[in-house]
Amino acid sequence: MANSTSGQEKKSYLYFPGCTMQATGIAYGESVRTLFRLLGLQVEELEDWNCCGATSYMSIDERAAFVLSARNLSLARQAGPRDLVVPCTACFLMLRKTQEYVRQYPSIRQEVEGALKQAGIPPMGPVRVRHPLDVLYSDVGVEQIRAKATRRWHGGRLACYYGCQALRPYAEADQAYNPMRMDELLQAVGVTTVDFPLKTKCCGGSLTGTIHPVGVRLNYIILKEVARRGAQAVATMCSLCQFNLDAYQSEMREEAHEVFDVPILYFTQILGWALGGDFRSLGLHRGIAGRNLIGQWFTTPKEVEAYV
Amino acid sequence: MSNGNGSVRIGFYVCHCGTNIAGVVDVKALAEWAATVPSVVVSRDYKYMCSDPGQELIQQDIRDHHLNRIVVASCSPHLHERTFQTATAKGGLSPYYFQMVNIREHDSWVHKDKKAATEKAKDLVRAALRRVVFHEPLEKKQVPVRSDVLVVGGGIAGIHAALTLANAGKHVYLVEREATIGGHMAKFDKTFPTLDCAACILTPKMTAVRSHPNITMWTLSEVAEVGGYVGNYHVKVRRKPRYVLEDACIGCLECIEACVYKQAKVSDEFNLGLGKRKPIYIPFPQAVPQVVLIDPETCIEFKSGKCKKTCVEICADRNAIDFKQQEEIKEIEVGTIIMSTGFQTVDAARIPYYGYGAYPNVYTSLEVERLINASGPTGGEVILRDGKKPKAVGIVHCVGSRDENTNRWCSRVCCMYSLKLAHLIKEHTDAEVFNFYIDIRTPGKGFEEFYCKLLSEGVHFIRGRVAEVTDWALDPSEEGKLVIRVEDTLIGRVRRIPVDMVVLSVGLEPHADADEVRRQFNITCSTEGWFLERHPKLAPVNTFTDGIFLAGCCQGPKDIPDTVAQAGAAAAEALVLIDAGHVELEPNTAYVLEDECSGCKSCLSLCPYTAIAYHEEKKKAEINEVLCKGCGVCVAACPSGSIQQHMFQDEQIFAEIEGVLAHA
Ligand SMILES: Cc1cc2nc3c(=O)[nH]c(=O)nc-3n(C[C@H](O)[C@H](O)[C@H](O)COP(=O)(O)OP(=O)(O)OC[C@H]3O[C@@H](n4cnc5c(N)ncnc54)[C@H](O)[C@@H]3O)c2cc1C
Repeated sequence: MANSTSGQEKKSYLYFPGCTMQATGIAYGESVRTLFRLLGLQVEELEDWNCCGATSYMSIDERAAFVLSARNLSLARQAGPRDLVVPCTACFLMLRKTQEYVRQYPSIRQEVEGALKQAGIPPMGPVRVRHPLDVLYSDVGVEQIRAKATRRWHGGRLACYYGCQALRPYAEADQAYNPMRMDELLQAVGVTTVDFPLKTKCCGGSLTGTIHPVGVRLNYIILKEVARRGAQAVATMCSLCQFNLDAYQSEMREEAHEVFDVPILYFTQILGWALGGDFRSLGLHRGIAGRNLIGQWFTTPKEVEAYV
Repeated sequence: MSNGNGSVRIGFYVCHCGTNIAGVVDVKALAEWAATVPSVVVSRDYKYMCSDPGQELIQQDIRDHHLNRIVVASCSPHLHERTFQTATAKGGLSPYYFQMVNIREHDSWVHKDKKAATEKAKDLVRAALRRVVFHEPLEKKQVPVRSDVLVVGGGIAGIHAALTLANAGKHVYLVEREATIGGHMAKFDKTFPTLDCAACILTPKMTAVRSHPNITMWTLSEVAEVGGYVGNYHVKVRRKPRYVLEDACIGCLECIEACVYKQAKVSDEFNLGLGKRKPIYIPFPQAVPQVVLIDPETCIEFKSGKCKKTCVEICADRNAIDFKQQEEIKEIEVGTIIMSTGFQTVDAARIPYYGYGAYPNVYTSLEVERLINASGPTGGEVILRDGKKPKAVGIVHCVGSRDENTNRWCSRVCCMYSLKLAHLIKEHTDAEVFNFYIDIRTPGKGFEEFYCKLLSEGVHFIRGRVAEVTDWALDPSEEGKLVIRVEDTLIGRVRRIPVDMVVLSVGLEPHADADEVRRQFNITCSTEGWFLERHPKLAPVNTFTDGIFLAGCCQGPKDIPDTVAQAGAAAAEALVLIDAGHVELEPNTAYVLEDECSGCKSCLSLCPYTAIAYHEEKKKAEINEVLCKGCGVCVAACPSGSIQQHMFQDEQIFAEIEGVLAHA
């Protein structure tokens, strides 16, 4: 591999947090940064980044969305020949889509290039936009994770839930329909994962905000199957999936006459924990549902005191 | 200037083509202008030059005016070059003293300005008038055609073609890769739309192949090398060892019984892994040849050399088993070749959301053909892998067809075989059967009637492309079932249909090695990988390589009736060549000026037809006229200009260029 680490030289990455890593997905951002630090990987936040242009922009003014993304891509290129790591799958998709659409459609390319030029920003160049799952699996590798783990998993069985945006249509981090890499990485630190056919099904996305009952039902379907498969918690890799599954469990109680209290974790939290990361720096204190199990699984005696 | 025979006397003709040409080009003015060009003796315009009187005009003028060159300005040479060459020849001249100018496709059809179009016509005509002066009276070469035919692939296409040719008294070599002939059809129980028993109609043809005195059948064999050209192909065939002597084995099958393996333990290929076989086996009871074979991968004697060899014991005096048998190369000479290598079905695991490989009760259609077949692994009972009989079955159409992610084409037979399977499954199990389709395509003879029959049999039809086959359950009725999720586009709802068995109607695609095979035979493939016919309508069984013909699914998906029709057509095309006894070759070939060739070999690798060889003694390049197709690549590439080409001599081309450039 051209850019794999050689000897003691550590690979360095650019990091695009996007708005979510500072709001509902803060625990994701915290755990990604902690995990990368534990692995000895350098991450530098992209300076002066702006909104990625996802959801609202994209559905109202496609051009504006592409231009916003293009500015970020231009900054990333100027910041040096490093891969841009993007945990938020909405940001990831938006950046990748911008690259592909600009390449495929001359009319979009013209508009985007024109807008950048007008603002005096250098053109966007070839930047590799990557999801942490891809970096952890391809650059670090299952074997290194296994070797570096200092804590053995003693928690329950997990269902790996990959969501839709990180793998479709750009199936670069894993296969689009039956992804397994999150399963493999977690298994390397001792986790038992269940066979979970809903791993790329819809979490409702922003429907939980717009047509709320429909959105909640989609999450209910997923959690019901998680239980049916004998898993006690869910590992996610998308902040929207995590939020939807985590935040509405109490509502399902009324609709479905079922009581859910299922921890919804980020896979980076579990890996970070296995590599010796501490509870707070992995954002483990931030979850809503399943707090008891989280307490049992992740805390050392000292930390229990602080958490309870 | 050398122009063959003294003074040049040109006859020039411009065709009106109704109003096609005359509507834009001023044909009268063109003819009047041409009459003023030196050497033009006769210049005429005529309504339809290709008509009988038009052609007669040329012949009469040759006689009356002692013409020795003919130029016609009309349509594309693709249409009527032959016509006018023939007329020229009938008038008593060499047909190569004719030159054609295309003022229709190249002029009147693409321009509106009449004046400019007429000027352009003059330029084009001037070029031809100057070129034709240098034409030479060439002669067509004839090569004899051997009457033996090679048929590659012993499915129903190859079988039918071989029998047709053999019945016409020609000798056929039938080369089949597997241990038995029969192809896919041998796996079916019944065939649509008539539901006649596949074995009943196929087995007699298979045994006829085996016993026909004019057919040499080689199974477990593949073509290793093809050389030569139309009429004279040299072919090497690799015969893999069977470890059983074909002439000695009488097909009693006692050795299988006697094998030290008491139980059949090896996954059985013919039954697609649904059954088991022993290391010594026969693919299926009606296999042709009725000769067992040994699989060296699993036979103990091959693995350790320490087997008791009970098979040899029981075979006794017949001595048919030969563990030392070696691969053999057979060399044959044939005049024509028929490709009938068929298809493979799409690997259903490529579509992960349909659960093939993940859920044991998801089957492919071909597997279900075996389950339904009376000589199949379950004796014709539809029993699932867990031993249960299904109560509800879903048949998913278009798996790996009409799909951007796998193959874009319609596989043509899947709608019909899905209907057939629906009928047969219902007959065998009385299950509820659901067909999930995008469109039902039943355009063959008796096909729509078959569909109507199914509709009245109570089979369910749900219009919509299936989203996924899964085992996640929403309510108790779905527990332990496979759930088919689909948008029913006729009622506008997403539905979940729980079933016990899913049948994936997998599409047809070219063999994985189709590209290698086509290279070997020097034929072309479509972008999808099907062998390409010379013309989709008018030459559907010819290839671009003379003497090689196509039959059956190697050319594209089709059902058995169409396959057999095509196989007959391919055999007839081969017979045309054989009965003519020879082929005529166009004289537009390249040739080496020996004195000038430096022997640099640059042309050798460039020739797409491998027509150029290097003569070691003379140290010169040599062009085989019979293989040369006149593409001109070597002529242009030769660094010393020592390759020339008939009909494209330098002086001819320069005269033509100067003619165009002499635009007044
Ligand atoms: C599930 C299913 C059900 C069907 N049911 C029906 C039906 O009911 N009615 C109907 O009309 N049609 C049906 N069809 C279509 C039918 O199978 C085809 O029309 C028919 O098999 C085509 O015959 P073929 O000889 O062209 O190809 P094949 O049957 O594929 O035969 C090709 C032969 O060539 C051999 N071969 C391949 N490559 C080489 C090589 N390089 N060298 C030597 N040998 C080679 C193969 O081993 C094989 O024996 C069905 C198809 C499928 C998939």
